[in-house]
Amino acid sequence: MWAFLGSDCMFFGSLIATYLVYKNRSLSGPLPVDVFSIPTTSVSTFVLLMSSMSMVLAYAALRRNRMKTFRIWLASTALMGMTFLAFQVFEFHAFANHEVVVDCTAPIGELTALEQSVAADCEPGQHEIEKQVGLTPRTNLFGSTFFTLTGFHGAHVTLGVVWLLSMFFLSFKKGAVTPEKELNLDLAALYWHFVDIVWIIIFTVVYLFGVFPGF
Amino acid sequence: MLSVKQRSRQLVSFTVIGAMLALVLGCTPSNPQSTFDALGPIAEMQLFVFNVIFWIGAVVFVLVEGALVYIIVKFRRRLGDGDPVQTHGNTRMEIAWTIAPVIILIIAAVPTIQGIFLMANSPLTPAQGGLELDAIGHQWWFEFRYPNPNDPNQQIVFANELHMPVGEPVNINLRSVDVIHSFWIPKMGGKVDMVPNNDNGMWLQANSQGEFYGQCAEFCGVSHANMRFKVIVESRDSFNAWLQAQAVPAPDPIDALALQGKELFRSAGCTGCHATNSVMNLAEGGRRLPGRVGPNLSHVASRLYLAGLLPNKDEGSLTVNDALLQQNLKTWLSDPDDVKPGNIMTRDAKVYSDPDSKLEEREIDALVAYLLTLN
Amino acid sequence: MTTVPFAIPRPTHPTGVWSWITTIDHKKIGVLYGVTAFVLFIIGGLEALLMRIQLAGPNQDIVSPEVFNQLFTMHGTTMIFLAVMPLSAAFFNFVIPLQIGARDVAFPRLNAFSYWTFLGGAILLNSSWFLGGATNAGWFGYAPLTSTAQNPGNGIDFWIISLQVLGVASLAAAFNFIVTIVNMRAPGMSFMRMPLFTWMTFITAILLVLAFPVITVALIELYFDRTFGMNFFNVATGGDPVLWQHLFWVFGHPEVYILILPAMGIVSEILPTFAKKPLFGYSTVVLAGAIIAFMGWMVWSHHMFTVGLGPIPTAVFTLTTMAIAVPTGIKIFNWMATIWGGSMEYKAPLLFALGFIALFTIGGISGIMHAMASSDAQQQDTYFIVAHIHYVLFGGAIVAVVGGIYYWFPKITGRMYNEAIGKLNFWVMFVGMNLVFFPMHFLGLDGMPRRIYTYDANMGWSLWNGVSTLGALVLGLSFLIFIYNIVTSWRNGEAADGDPWDGRTLEWSMSSPPPEYNFAEIPTVYDRDAWWAEKRGQVHHGVPVGGGSGEEEHSIHMPQPSYWPIVVSIGLVIAGFGLVYHGTYFAVAAFGVLIGMIGVYAWSFEPVNDPE
Repeated sequence: MWAFLGSDCMFFGSLIATYLVYKNRSLSGPLPVDVFSIPTTSVSTFVLLMSSMSMVLAYAALRRNRMKTFRIWLASTALMGMTFLAFQVFEFHAFANHEVVVDCTAPIGELTALEQSVAADCEPGQHEIEKQVGLTPRTNLFGSTFFTLTGFHGAHVTLGVVWLLSMFFLSFKKGAVTPEKELNLDLAALYWHFVDIVWIIIFTVVYLFGVFPGF
Repeated sequence: MLSVKQRSRQLVSFTVIGAMLALVLGCTPSNPQSTFDALGPIAEMQLFVFNVIFWIGAVVFVLVEGALVYIIVKFRRRLGDGDPVQTHGNTRMEIAWTIAPVIILIIAAVPTIQGIFLMANSPLTPAQGGLELDAIGHQWWFEFRYPNPNDPNQQIVFANELHMPVGEPVNINLRSVDVIHSFWIPKMGGKVDMVPNNDNGMWLQANSQGEFYGQCAEFCGVSHANMRFKVIVESRDSFNAWLQAQAVPAPDPIDALALQGKELFRSAGCTGCHATNSVMNLAEGGRRLPGRVGPNLSHVASRLYLAGLLPNKDEGSLTVNDALLQQNLKTWLSDPDDVKPGNIMTRDAKVYSDPDSKLEEREIDALVAYLLTLN
Repeated sequence: MTTVPFAIPRPTHPTGVWSWITTIDHKKIGVLYGVTAFVLFIIGGLEALLMRIQLAGPNQDIVSPEVFNQLFTMHGTTMIFLAVMPLSAAFFNFVIPLQIGARDVAFPRLNAFSYWTFLGGAILLNSSWFLGGATNAGWFGYAPLTSTAQNPGNGIDFWIISLQVLGVASLAAAFNFIVTIVNMRAPGMSFMRMPLFTWMTFITAILLVLAFPVITVALIELYFDRTFGMNFFNVATGGDPVLWQHLFWVFGHPEVYILILPAMGIVSEILPTFAKKPLFGYSTVVLAGAIIAFMGWMVWSHHMFTVGLGPIPTAVFTLTTMAIAVPTGIKIFNWMATIWGGSMEYKAPLLFALGFIALFTIGGISGIMHAMASSDAQQQDTYFIVAHIHYVLFGGAIVAVVGGIYYWFPKITGRMYNEAIGKLNFWVMFVGMNLVFFPMHFLGLDGMPRRIYTYDANMGWSLWNGVSTLGALVLGLSFLIFIYNIVTSWRNGEAADGDPWDGRTLEWSMSSPPPEYNFAEIPTVYDRDAWWAEKRGQVHHGVPVGGGSGEEEHSIHMPQPSYWPIVVSIGLVIAGFGLVYHGTYFAVAAFGVLIGMIGVYAWSFEPVNDPE
């Protein structure tokens, strides 16, 4: 398992490296500043962090052979994982259908690069312009790197949820999940924490560094 | 038995003879792309560094392989051999053969790193008044652009032949319009890649006049093997004269067939890719423009080779032989794919891709007559 | 567990085709790996021979430029991923459990899965020859030559997908061997008592596990570019071709050591056996191997000296690359010290091992030449590099592997090979090899670039190209001799006893071929060369020192054969075809994934042994 995680580290390492190399090299918008909503993503990040905690609690419960508590914590971990995934789907959807409204009368200096490009279409005398500038993997380098990186992370979370759920259902079968076989859960927990840590890195590198200037 | 001294002397002579033999037998400096005939400071440095490591390598080679042969002969199994002594190691010896290579490598690293910085720093940068030109890689030909001596906002465009003044550092900007190519003139210096979206550069200097060979060294698709160019090194005066001649368009043809060819050149769509005006304006702000599609043909008849491959001259000469040129133009226009397989003109030009628009014999003759006037 | 989903009875085929298809015996899988990889090696060799014939003289027209490009691309890809790596895997499979005193690998069914997936990947890659042309952008696949604009055919897609499939196979095998070596050593076999080959396998597996994800990401990015129009390497939207090179070589250089370390392991077994002396400086050799593997991560940019990285990075990578010569040199010196004072009997395996040292030294010296970035600018992408890589990969890896085949042949088949033909084989190969590759040094220094399908008569390259082609024919002959020797000896060679070479490691302590369960009783290890010590009565009776945790069992439980590994592999290959053709064929991919899922499901619910 440690070997697998080492391998997966290299996998995400390469994806993040690609993202960083291409950071600020997109030739056209939208860029991170235009689409990211830090509050929303913070909530989903928090949910995922909490799921790691409930994973620890589930593990502790199993070791004390409290099957009921164990199941509750395990299910809640999986549920939080699914919540995170729902957030991600919502976010992808929102990015793909991103709309900007630009005040045509605003001085150019106050607008982001994307807003400027939209404002260029302002008819004389028009006050406001609304335009859909969705971000998809094809749009620019940011789109390709962002969706690939977070998409693969999402796939890892999905796999984790499936794993946790199958352990959950297996636990109803007598003798399938027992304190003696805690190694099975230990591996699942290890995987889950790993995926969680990767997300914290992604959140920092992609979201926070992407929005706050100076990075 | 030989004494130690005799033996070591024997070893030295062995090494020298063997290495010399390998060099003399194997490598021919007179070959057009030999790296042993260094004609400029960069190639000379590279040859020097190579020689340093070659001789170190030769000594190591003889010592190691000699010892190996010695061991093989000496320690063969003989009848009645028992188990040999079971030695497990000897730390002192192992430390010795760790440190020895380290010292040798440090010695070799010094000229190497000096060389790296020599290559990176031109002795006469464009800012200091050095000649600067653009080399642009295309599938499968090279485009060269010189600053127009008459107008700083213009460049003069040429293809497949690089002209250089002798004894001067030349700063070359390397770019590519499609895939990665690599710019290499073996007698003047090692290669540097032309990578799309990466502006590379190098400097070269040729210390003797004449005609030299260059070739693309990075695999770039079907006709990679045919992506060759020539370098003409001449005195500063003839270089200036050549550049001035390039800056002026060729006179209009007078001959009827050539005029017909000129019309055909337009109507058949050749002008869509090939310019006949060698002068190109720099974009606003002095930016360099991306490449055009096909080679600039303004002075195609002045080139010593057609398509970088077919010689338009007699061997050893540096002037165009019109008869050869005419023949080559005809060969090229009749079946470009035979000369340069996979070339983009055959793929994209209507006269080649569409059987209905195929050029007829007399049309080819007219085009040849026109192109011959572009000298 | 009593519920066995899908009421398919467990396969019980002691012999015949089905016994091979459902086998999970590491020895049979090793043989499958070896034979398959050798067939693919011959295919790669024929591709090379065609190229050599095309280049035998100037301006020849035997194959078209397009076909030539496909040939060298497939030659490189085949030799690296389909020949040398699986040939090493064949030895891992056959030898490792025997050397460490185990009855099988840690995950026998996963092992079968690795093999079938490797075979599937090989079929996928080579099927592209017949399905619209093979990949033609070089085994390194530099962007943007691999973009859809430059390469609209599906050769590149076949290449991407089959490398991914092969990656799955390699990763599964690597995990398996790491776990096997860590957990299944016989009692008493501490890490520093492991045979050298086991050590090198262990290091190689770790390298594999860390290196393959990087190429996986690069290939995924390329696949997304080609299939979904993303922008990773799209120059028009700001993509950077140099990123591909970095990703590729971060994988690619450790890959070089993945190819050569097992060969070094084989040589480190053969030399002590035939010199009748233990390996000189065991810990140094192990450490040198580990240092080579570690430093392999810090030198990737030496493949990119001409890309224009700037003088500082170039200088740094020059130094790190030169530094790698030190541990490599240590290995060579230690091998020579091993045979110094030995009592060597020149059987075929020893000849190959000595040939390895001689040829690898040449490759090492030319390697130092390339490390020096300033003069390397003249050598990069010329035939000088071709000469170098073939001295290390042919003179190194292949020569050692052939030596390894002769060495373990009696153990694998229970029969002796023909010694005289084996020696002839060596000499023909040695001469042929030098005839093909030595002149390439001259060609490179005389300015002949790599990967050109033709050249002009006035370039002065005709003579040495001719010699090289002649050598290629000699080399081809040597493999005919090899095949003849192996086939005839396997059929009716002399019977071999358990320990024909007076060997030193545990695989020689059992009959040839080994029984299915390998060890009737798991041995206890007291010394480095465990079997030698036991034979010579040097066993220190006492408490075995640390390490090793193979269980002491008296009743032998062997895992039963299974259908599921091959089912999962078939699913994977079907999915691969779907991905290659993409668009509506994603349905095919989904179908393949479904088969794979069913296989995985059935597999995980299948008990290792049926209840008795």
